[in-house]
Amino acid sequence: MTGERRKERIDRPIKAVTDDIFCISSLREISYLIFPRAIPIVGLILIAFLVPLYWKKVIVITFMTAIMALSWDFLASCGLVSLGHALFFALGAYSSGALNHYFGLPVYLSIPLGTLTGAFLSTICLYPALRLRGIYFSMVTLIIPLILLRVVEATKIMGGTEGMTALDPLPPLPYTMALSMIALWAVFFGLRRFINSDYGLIFNALKDNDRAVEASGLSIVWFKIQAVFIGSGIAAFCGAFMTHYYMSVGMSAFALDLSVFPIASSVVGGVGTLAGPLLGAIILGPLSEALRTFGTFRIVIYAALLGTFVAVLPEGLFHYFSRKYHQIERWVEVTSGVSED
Amino acid sequence: MIVYGFLNSVILALMALGFSITFGISRVANFAHGGFYILGGILTWFFLQKVGFSYPFAAFFAVLIVGIIGALMYRVLLIRLRGLELSEVIATFAVGIVILELLRSMGFMGYEYRLPVFIDGSVDVFGTYVGLQRIIIVGAGFILLVALHLFVHHTKTGRAFRGVAQEDHTALSVGINPDKISLLSLFSGSMICAFSAVVILPLGTISIDDGYDVLIKALAVCIIGGLESSTGAIVASFIIGYIEVITAMYISSSLTMVVTLATMLTILLVKPSGLFGKSKEIEERV
Repeated sequence: MTGERRKERIDRPIKAVTDDIFCISSLREISYLIFPRAIPIVGLILIAFLVPLYWKKVIVITFMTAIMALSWDFLASCGLVSLGHALFFALGAYSSGALNHYFGLPVYLSIPLGTLTGAFLSTICLYPALRLRGIYFSMVTLIIPLILLRVVEATKIMGGTEGMTALDPLPPLPYTMALSMIALWAVFFGLRRFINSDYGLIFNALKDNDRAVEASGLSIVWFKIQAVFIGSGIAAFCGAFMTHYYMSVGMSAFALDLSVFPIASSVVGGVGTLAGPLLGAIILGPLSEALRTFGTFRIVIYAALLGTFVAVLPEGLFHYFSRKYHQIERWVEVTSGVSED
Repeated sequence: MIVYGFLNSVILALMALGFSITFGISRVANFAHGGFYILGGILTWFFLQKVGFSYPFAAFFAVLIVGIIGALMYRVLLIRLRGLELSEVIATFAVGIVILELLRSMGFMGYEYRLPVFIDGSVDVFGTYVGLQRIIIVGAGFILLVALHLFVHHTKTGRAFRGVAQEDHTALSVGINPDKISLLSLFSGSMICAFSAVVILPLGTISIDDGYDVLIKALAVCIIGGLESSTGAIVASFIIGYIEVITAMYISSSLTMVVTLATMLTILLVKPSGLFGKSKEIEERV
């Protein structure tokens, strides 16, 4: 079997050092650890405040969609893959819109209350489906927002097809942007800390082996309810925020883009990592804005990207990059007759 | 009302059959179902109006092409993802959206995009006048069911289908290639889907949004009936079919979707595996 080669992957020495020894000794090692974490934070702040006005608005939207993607990824890492994230967004958007429109609550009350109401309603909507798992759950999540859309259209509740307009605006743009950035990092680090805590382990276990969860005397459904409440609450916050950002809420809150975008960013970035979806959203957000001229054709491009990434690079960009960062790759001759498998 | 309910149910059953066949055999939940449905209609329209084929030819080619696209989707995309159920779902969902939204952005919308009925006219069925096209739909539905039954029970390939559906490892050990069978199941599922489009679409115009509707209905029917069971799908489509007609008659036609959703969620609450789901599925689903 001469002439056959395989790719060998070895951790960089510096990774081995910084992984194991907690006494970091050189500036190089410190920067090795800090750079990948600091660059996105500092970079986003710089970009957000330096770009022209139009793109600042785009960035706020991108941050919100990134939060949606994080919420999708959180649910996915609990084994609840949602194909209808628009449901959570729309319920949050409509709740805060209604609170503002009908009850005249100010923005700083209607967004948090709308978030809670949205999360609560979403959990109720999905409760019957929580005993399902895998694709069965996904099917139900796909159906519910599409049907609720018809309900709004048919019954003319909440302003029917026209929606509610003239809602209170958010504070001026710099504050809004700061707010959305703080929200983004809060959600990101909050979820990461939560997932890694002992309590969060149970949520991961729901995906990996829910029998084990049940065998440990914990109720699967009760933990799924919590997961959906957290995940949908995060997405509902985006809905509530965007409602006031646009100062209106309408049936577009149920639009398919909102379901496809979180999935696309997570798959492009790498499912199950939290940093991956963030990366994906930051790439796809401005891209989708640049493609705005194409109209509905945009969603074709998303979906095509989604299909390509699922098939070609299923690990996602984040895994790909972190592999390049942490490991040395080289081709080596296969010496023995053992195949590379 | 009974007659209309019956017709409605048959239409629903036709819509759901392709989905349920594909899923039952290869465990691929084909979320591109709605896309294939509309694509079948548009292709027939294209062959009929632009190329100038005769109706049967146009329909035949449309059905064939959609079948081939289904098979290609399996060969190119899904074969890399076997076993990763959720990636399969995401991939087929993406394909469906690409098809539908591509057609939408190419401007296939409006009144002109409609298929002519096969035979014009109507007949009297138990005191209700029913268009001949609807009669044809019922006939086509029954022919399809009988043909499927014969195929699955009395041909070698059909038996291989059932073998793979029951246990693909065992099927492999007796010399059936599950990949090939799954490919064929996607091929046939997509063909049935396009066939139902050709039969049903002459009732109205072809609109892209119908694609999502068809997908929702197929999913609702399959979830209620129990996903793996064809009988379940048929019974469920009769349940939903009659519920829709009754709601439209006595309450309001705009509420049909809501009642369908409510029915679905209630059935899920009471019996998560669907009406005809078996105990084995309960373990997998719940």
